Amino acid sequence: MNERVARLRSESLGVKPWLSIERAALITDFYEQSTETCVPVRRALAFQHVMEHKSVIIGEGELIVGERGPSPKGTPSFPELCCHTMEDLDILDTREKTSYSVSDETRQIHKDRIIPYWRGRSMRDLLFREMTQEWKAAYETGIYTEFMEQRAPGHTVLGDVLYSKGLLGLKSDVERSLATLDFRNDPRAYEKQQELKAMAIAADAVIRYAERHAELADELAAREKDMVRREELHTISDVCRHVPGNPPRNFWESLQAYWFVHLGVVTELNTWDSFNPGRMDQNLFPFYVRDLKCGALTRERARELLQCFWVKFNNQPAPPKVGVTAAESGTYTDFANINTGGLKPDGSDGVNELTYLILEVIDEMRLLQPSSNLQLSMKNPNRFLKRGLEIVRKGWGQPSIFNADMVVEELLRQGKSLEDARRGGISGCVESSAFGREACILTGYFNLPKVLEITLNNGVDPRTGKKIGAETGDPREFKTYDEMFAAFRRQLHHFVEIKIRGNNVIERLYADYMPAPFLSLLIEDCIANGKDYNDGGPRYNTTYIMGVAPGTCTDSLAAIKYHVFDHQSVTMDDLLQALQDDFQGWEALRLRLWNKTPKYGNDNDYADDILQSVFTAYYDEINGRPNTKGGFYRVNYLSTTCHVYFGSVTGATPDGRNAWEPHSDGISPVQGADRYGPTAVLQSAAKMDHARTGGTLLNQKFTPAVVEGQEGIDHLTHLVRTYFKLGGHHIQFNVVNAATLREAQKHPEQHRDLIVRVAGYSDYFCDLTKALQDEIIARTEQTAIAPALVEA
Amino acid sequence: MRFSLHDGPGLRTTVFLKGCPLRCPWCHNPESQSYQSEAMYASDRCISCLACCSVCESGALHWDHGPERDPARCTLCGACSEACPAEARKLVGKQIPVRELIKEIRRDIAFFDESGGGVTFSGGEPLAQPQFLEAALAVCKSEGIHTVVDTCGYAPSAVIRRIMPYVDEFLFDLKLADDARHRQVVGVSNALILENLGIIAREHAAVAVRIPVIPGINDDEDNLEQSFRLLGELGLSNVDLLPYHASAMEKYRRLSLAYRLTDVKSPAAARMQEIAARFACRGFQIRIGG
Repeated sequence: MNERVARLRSESLGVKPWLSIERAALITDFYEQSTETCVPVRRALAFQHVMEHKSVIIGEGELIVGERGPSPKGTPSFPELCCHTMEDLDILDTREKTSYSVSDETRQIHKDRIIPYWRGRSMRDLLFREMTQEWKAAYETGIYTEFMEQRAPGHTVLGDVLYSKGLLGLKSDVERSLATLDFRNDPRAYEKQQELKAMAIAADAVIRYAERHAELADELAAREKDMVRREELHTISDVCRHVPGNPPRNFWESLQAYWFVHLGVVTELNTWDSFNPGRMDQNLFPFYVRDLKCGALTRERARELLQCFWVKFNNQPAPPKVGVTAAESGTYTDFANINTGGLKPDGSDGVNELTYLILEVIDEMRLLQPSSNLQLSMKNPNRFLKRGLEIVRKGWGQPSIFNADMVVEELLRQGKSLEDARRGGISGCVESSAFGREACILTGYFNLPKVLEITLNNGVDPRTGKKIGAETGDPREFKTYDEMFAAFRRQLHHFVEIKIRGNNVIERLYADYMPAPFLSLLIEDCIANGKDYNDGGPRYNTTYIMGVAPGTCTDSLAAIKYHVFDHQSVTMDDLLQALQDDFQGWEALRLRLWNKTPKYGNDNDYADDILQSVFTAYYDEINGRPNTKGGFYRVNYLSTTCHVYFGSVTGATPDGRNAWEPHSDGISPVQGADRYGPTAVLQSAAKMDHARTGGTLLNQKFTPAVVEGQEGIDHLTHLVRTYFKLGGHHIQFNVVNAATLREAQKHPEQHRDLIVRVAGYSDYFCDLTKALQDEIIARTEQTAIAPALVEA
Repeated sequence: MRFSLHDGPGLRTTVFLKGCPLRCPWCHNPESQSYQSEAMYASDRCISCLACCSVCESGALHWDHGPERDPARCTLCGACSEACPAEARKLVGKQIPVRELIKEIRRDIAFFDESGGGVTFSGGEPLAQPQFLEAALAVCKSEGIHTVVDTCGYAPSAVIRRIMPYVDEFLFDLKLADDARHRQVVGVSNALILENLGIIAREHAAVAVRIPVIPGINDDEDNLEQSFRLLGELGLSNVDLLPYHASAMEKYRRLSLAYRLTDVKSPAAARMQEIAARFACRGFQIRIGG
């Protein structure tokens, strides 16, 4: 990277995230003064007020401009969604991991202005008021989490519409839609009119925001002594006057257009998984080629612009999270995930020269944000995969690798058109999404082992002694494993019903009180439908509940089936007692459960069949149920950092896991339970029908020796290609020795730059909680030497 | 063992056949030397639960500050390893019919197909179980699974000739070129080994010769020169140099076997490179490790 990029990158890395009160103050100003009563229009005007008045900066040497906060790492809060208490601010400021500096001035403004207005009026307050007692009990127990309690629905990805239309083109569409409203025959015409008006206001707000950068660039240029920089500032001014209002004319403008739109989306609301440029290599390729051809751009200049763009993502930490939300997603990362490769809409190989340039940028920048992935189709060349694996091998967890053909199959199964499916990819961690056309909303993680624990206690949570579940019978009375599993299914049903009831209310709360007119402008069919993103406006509307720890749940059920029923080597009574005692005094039993039980992840059908039954039970409960937006519920399997939180509320489990220890992550086997190497893990994982999910997450950890040299890359290539041939959705790698990680735990100051793969994202190892660090160390390390002793 | 990376091309499953006619002091699969199953014991894993002693029907196990095993009385029935929750006791080696083995091998066919891998028969010495080996190889061949046999070469030449049609590639160990030294270190003459290597060289296309590099035992100039001259004469050019490592020491301890090379250190990477470079320029294809 050149000197400019190196400086911008190091500035970005050097600044600690801090809480900016600016947005909260502006929003509060607006709400105090506004007399507007129409909800979407009021939201749009509030957004406009923020975009008109928020600070505008152009950093020294920057080419791509615009920040979410007043300066890099300045992170706004969203009091209309979650009004932090003063205690929250103290926690944010002082907590050991993922802290945000909070200045005295911020504290004062928060106390004097923000809290008095928003206390009791935020979505969070509203949401908890509307939830039933049983919902709250299950939530507090840790059966599930709730994504929308501090953040707005998001998980959305921009399609290609910005590059062909610009915001003014979209505004014309809005006007056309307004002109064709039929007030005599369409009972919703008035609602649509208000929503469409709001979209038009939001479009103007972002165009104006860009223009303010142009004005600043002009001012700076007038004062600038350096000729070269002055010229750059003139170009920035020119760019910011043109995009995102108009379609971009060149490569530079296409990046800047996206960036303004990104800032618009993440300033309007604190959408989950921020926002994502989707298929950058395909969307930007025409600009790249045209500019190269006419000589307006060199490959080096394109690289520099992309790198400046990368720094922008890294300047924007996730909005500050507290409580359960911080536990389920304890990271600064805001999950913008750059997709590369995959298929074109016509089904042909989507890899192009820009793909390789983007991979070089990922490699050189080595930044947590944006996250990145390969969309690997069988039609893509091995050169593409191998280039990606060369980066993977460096051991900081990026890029992750997805089976593009499986993503298409999943999306087709959910009812997307073939073209929309091929234009899709991954948002957030591993979630399949039809880019630019879908609201795919993650609503919370679901603690599968905890449901089993409550089943084993006939509806009571042993941690609190409270009865929060259904009475599914005293397990000592179960005559067969089938009875045991049927009880688990009934318990699962009980909690899924509670979660879905809650979801259906929360969905309406957001639809009615917290529309997102700017985001709606960008996602196709919202304009045509005159409906908001949060109210079923997009072409596709999917609601996910994420299953957590199928591994721990499977191994626990396998232990019960194997020891209690099939071999009758342990009585249910003893097992329950041992679990209650957290295996204190039961070490021999614990080891038997741990060592002498068929486990998921070993290509062992006994355990893998149980995995399938867990998978199917969860799927049957959720898949295909209608949500409130004309779409459907679906399942996926990822855990972010939630397997640690869920583990911390779950007592000892029958697989031999001690109380409060982390669960297995994603669809990975229980840490250390897989003993026959990666091919066996992949075979086990591929036995679940990934096509019926909206994404699964599989972690594999390799020691550096395995992936050394050209041969090492070849081996990984074969593993990935085979897993995908078998139907796997996603795989990601940590290439690191456990010894290195332990060393980093002991001497964090010497390993500040050590990055590891956590779940669907990478993070600084030293920023992780101790529990999560331990969990990553415990993950099975795949070596090329027989893990156990040779037994055949 | 699945996901084997160093015993032939691609991703492979390696089958270890127990029993070996040689006793190389550096052997890193000591549990594969005996033709019988073997009892291994890892004292660091033992939780003193006495489960092993209580299930032992032959009276071979008794408790004396720890579980003591009398090898003379032990029938290798495996009950103790079955009962041990901590995996401190393990019975290594089991008898399985060819069709069971094939089932295991088939599990990773998808990986073989993608990577050009397959199955490798190693040991111990696979040629020491000729009937089983031939039957297993024949099935693999008929199913299109790529086969490698990793051998020390100490077997009747007729056996080599019998299995040859089913073998895609041989990995053939050459430990010491000089017969007297071979007798002294390994315990048997190398005449038969060299004869078999000659047969394979003449009658079979694919063979890689593997030379373990053991400092102080066979890494001297004389032996290296002599070995490579011999290979040159046979027209063999693919050579894997395997640097000695002591990682098997723990296994010896668990088997209650003495480890004879306690003073030997792994050869330095630079030394390995030096040897490789020297013979590479004489037309050999040399790989370090493999």
